[in-house]
Amino acid sequence: MRKKNKALAHLQEWLEHGDNALEVEMEEELEEELPPEAPEEDHLEREEKEDPRLNTPKKLEKHPAFERWYRVAAVVVCLLLVGILLFAAVHMPNFGQADTLVDSELSAFYVEHTLEETGAVNIITGIILDYRGFDTLGESHVLFIGVCTVLLLLSIKGEKDQERRIWEDAYDRNFEPRHDEILQTCARILTPLTLVFGIYIILNGHLSPGGGFSGGAVLGAGLILYQNAFGYQKIERFFTFRTFKAVSVMSLLLYSCAKGYHFFTGANHLESGISPGVAGNIFSAGLLLPLNFVVGCVVACTMYALYTMFRKGDF
Amino acid sequence: MEALNVILLVFILVCAIAVGRAKSLLSSVIIFMSQGLAMSIVWIMLRSPDLAITEAAVGAGISSLLMFVTLKKIHAIKEEGSPEEDAEEE
Repeated sequence: MRKKNKALAHLQEWLEHGDNALEVEMEEELEEELPPEAPEEDHLEREEKEDPRLNTPKKLEKHPAFERWYRVAAVVVCLLLVGILLFAAVHMPNFGQADTLVDSELSAFYVEHTLEETGAVNIITGIILDYRGFDTLGESHVLFIGVCTVLLLLSIKGEKDQERRIWEDAYDRNFEPRHDEILQTCARILTPLTLVFGIYIILNGHLSPGGGFSGGAVLGAGLILYQNAFGYQKIERFFTFRTFKAVSVMSLLLYSCAKGYHFFTGANHLESGISPGVAGNIFSAGLLLPLNFVVGCVVACTMYALYTMFRKGDF
Repeated sequence: MEALNVILLVFILVCAIAVGRAKSLLSSVIIFMSQGLAMSIVWIMLRSPDLAITEAAVGAGISSLLMFVTLKKIHAIKEEGSPEEDAEEE
């Protein structure tokens, strides 16, 4: 209020004396002082609105004893976990020590037998997709569940969210330069290379470093680059929500059918019936190539879906 | 080789500290990205190329992309007109 009074006094003075300098000064003052007032009120209102959300849940408020106990228990559990981890870390072998795991039968077994048993030149792929095939099955399902959760949380489908969708579209456009010449030229050169490199990593997973997960991540990055440069319309010609659903679900089903028996046989090996072939050829190592392909598809779809959901909440 | 290793490890340490101390969220994500890239070279020096490819694609690429999109979602990045004051204001 005081500021307004001051402004009024200035106005009166100006009316009386007709000084030009005063007018300018007053205008400057008004411009400076008026804007901060509006945001302040806005801020207060927003805080009032958000207050109920920030409060602790009512369940906890009703039982102060429980709340206190809950906090103490949280601290105790955290300290206990940290203690256990530190205790375990003390007993870890030193970094780079020569005789680390030297008496472990497992690593020696893997190094000796992986090539002849699975036909994979790249032992790591042989381990993660054959001996530990069930773990990788779980991992790809974890990725899928992650996307499902993001879909539940961020998806804006349906009539109710129509307003929000329009708003998101408008806001999205602020940050996406349309027809950016530099980005599009780079993407035109880089996208095919990235995609081909990703496919190479996936298909060569059992021969050279890489495999389903890394190749899938590279593929997903290529898709994201393409989408960023050319927009949603271009990418929706070949990759929509339906494609995502079909590819991930089919891939996971295939993987489950191929490796689900591990669960029932107690993770014992069962013959797949496909001959291992000549080690070093692309078509060798039995199930490893299709499994790599399947995992790559799941990972690529997941990465792209996560990006799109985060960005627009829609496909 | 030894010298390169030391340089990379020091670079990673400096990046890790800078991520926490950067003023704007945008630049801290970019620093995080470069840290991931250096990390992937370290993986190659440790003779695990499998991990290096994954780190380069996920650590330096996709995870920071997701963070960029999240920053946009929570309005931590302002429009192109005012790049100076991003991140600090909500």
